[in-house]
Amino acid sequence: MSAVLLAEQILNGIQFGIMLFLMAAGLTLVFGVMGLINLAHGSLFMIGAFAAAWVAAATGSFTAGLIAALATAAAAGALMEIIVLRRLYGRDHLDQVLATFALILIFSEGTRAVFGSFPLFLEIPDALSGTVVLPGGIQYSLYRLTLIAIGLTVASGLYLLIAKTRLGMQVRAGENDREMIAALGVDISKLYTLVFALGAALAGLAGALVGAIQSVQVGMGEPVLILAFVVIVIGGIGSIKGAFVGAILVGLTDTLGGILLPALLAMFMDNSSAASTGSALASMAIYVLMAAVLIVRPSGLFGVRQ
Amino acid sequence: MKFTTTAVAAALLAASGITVAEGLKVGMITTLSGGGAGLGVDVRDGFMLAVEQSGRKDIELIIEDDQRKPDIAVQLADKMIQSEKVDVLTGIIFSNLAMAVIPSATAQGKFYLSPNAGPSQLAGQGCHENYFNVAWQNDTLHEAAGAHANETGFRNSFILAPNYPAGKDALTGYKRSYEGELAGELFTQLGQTDYAAEIAQIRASDADSVFFFLPGGMGISFLKQYADSDIGLPVVGPAFSFDQGILQAVGEAALGVHNTSQWNKDIENDTNAAFVESFVATYERLPSLYASQGFDTANLLISAMGAADVSDQDAFRAALKAADFDSTRGDFAFASNHHPIQDIYVREVVREGDVFTNKILGVALEDHQDVYAEQCKL
Repeated sequence: MSAVLLAEQILNGIQFGIMLFLMAAGLTLVFGVMGLINLAHGSLFMIGAFAAAWVAAATGSFTAGLIAALATAAAAGALMEIIVLRRLYGRDHLDQVLATFALILIFSEGTRAVFGSFPLFLEIPDALSGTVVLPGGIQYSLYRLTLIAIGLTVASGLYLLIAKTRLGMQVRAGENDREMIAALGVDISKLYTLVFALGAALAGLAGALVGAIQSVQVGMGEPVLILAFVVIVIGGIGSIKGAFVGAILVGLTDTLGGILLPALLAMFMDNSSAASTGSALASMAIYVLMAAVLIVRPSGLFGVRQ
Repeated sequence: MKFTTTAVAAALLAASGITVAEGLKVGMITTLSGGGAGLGVDVRDGFMLAVEQSGRKDIELIIEDDQRKPDIAVQLADKMIQSEKVDVLTGIIFSNLAMAVIPSATAQGKFYLSPNAGPSQLAGQGCHENYFNVAWQNDTLHEAAGAHANETGFRNSFILAPNYPAGKDALTGYKRSYEGELAGELFTQLGQTDYAAEIAQIRASDADSVFFFLPGGMGISFLKQYADSDIGLPVVGPAFSFDQGILQAVGEAALGVHNTSQWNKDIENDTNAAFVESFVATYERLPSLYASQGFDTANLLISAMGAADVSDQDAFRAALKAADFDSTRGDFAFASNHHPIQDIYVREVVREGDVFTNKILGVALEDHQDVYAEQCKL
């Protein structure tokens, strides 16, 4: 494998990780601040993608689609929080899992009822299509570079929000001691709805951005949700920094594992078996990583909760 | 007096052994939700169209959604066989679900007509007298792609497929007929949506062509990402990545790709023309190959019902084997392992107006039979 190829694969791993971060950030905030396991986060990803596809097809503008994705996902998130999740805060995690799993089914079938069973069309805008040549001779997709840029912007924006603003201070305090900030006069229910809507908007944005290069179909959010859970467990529940580092780690492990493991096995086996076995091993790689991290640091790399 | 007449009539009737031919109960287990739903919906719609057009009132169709999960498919099959007491099962789209359901269903004496999944395990040593595949054996469309690759002059192909039974069949099938070198061979994860790493490998290799089998959403993702990568190598694949349901979601990224299929809407025969027209009129969309497979499966069943009663298993089986029905593909015949012997065409993705669809270029394999027939003891 040449250095250029390896560099390109590392970039791919980072880009994959940054998209995972958008999902994981919302999930970890909600879990950290509100103590709520939200399985329906993947549905918000799907709603963002479908909203973007529909609006982009209707208006011809990808940007309009992105804005629609943010708005629709945030609205869906707020509605979800007000109608269903509000009743689950004090309850056992299992109750939350059951309720949000039901939400997944409702959203999936609802989307299928509105949009049909066939995938929708969403494409990269012409201005962002094609490849560019990076220093070092790497030919890389312009759209994926844009995704990295957007992801990094969101990450710094979130960091500034959490570290430097009043809202961020309330969020951090809420993660630490929920009852105390309620006693100090912060309107908890509004804070929660806001945090939830923010997380939902991030998921919707991820769905729209990723939907342009993948398939916009019912159920597209669940595989990403599973990976997002792995990310927040590795990074530490409630920590945005942990979500970022965890996401990059998972992205790199998954991408590089999928390419390097078959190559490694090809040194002892024939190509076909190496490809097949390598692929099977690579699918386990991120879970092995998660287990390894948890053995060393049980509450994740930057875990906040005790 | 009246009582005596009735009693005599009843006794005569019972003694003569006349039975009224009963209808047929069909259990359709197919994928109607989640990412693979488009395929199941097409098969179901094609099947129901044929049943409706036959005008028969004696077919009771029970349709259930397997959600693409093998354990649910097994539960549904058990329910249909044991409590609904169906005579015939059909509908499964995906090979892994097929392998979970079919061996047990046929062993329990039920007929299974596959409108799609055709794993190699059921075509060779695992073949069964009650199992009929109306679509194809998985390998055949890939073998046709390999044959077409040879004809087009591809010498160094990069091949990839997901790591599951149909994916393995795909690469095996392609390599069986393809005579060139392999620039690379990769198995991806089932359900994987990000192919940046695989595409980077293709770019770094010295391949002159790409063969892939990625059904449903996986294919859409790969095609979009591949088209955006500016690699530009010619792509060949089986119809599963280029069917009517997928093309609208992929758009221009698929234009010009050559794909192999046993069916296309422009095959010239009366049955096919009528099928396409009535499908468009009924469902307001163009049929895919899956819809044609569902349609043919129903017509095969109806033709067998016309020749024998399902309670006489041997006669019904012989009627199914005879396959005396009008297929959308023209002449239809089964090989000894109950898989079709048929022409496999090469099609090109074109734009007709504002619809993306396929157009036949030629025949890749003529009167082709799958290689597993000789291992089948039937």
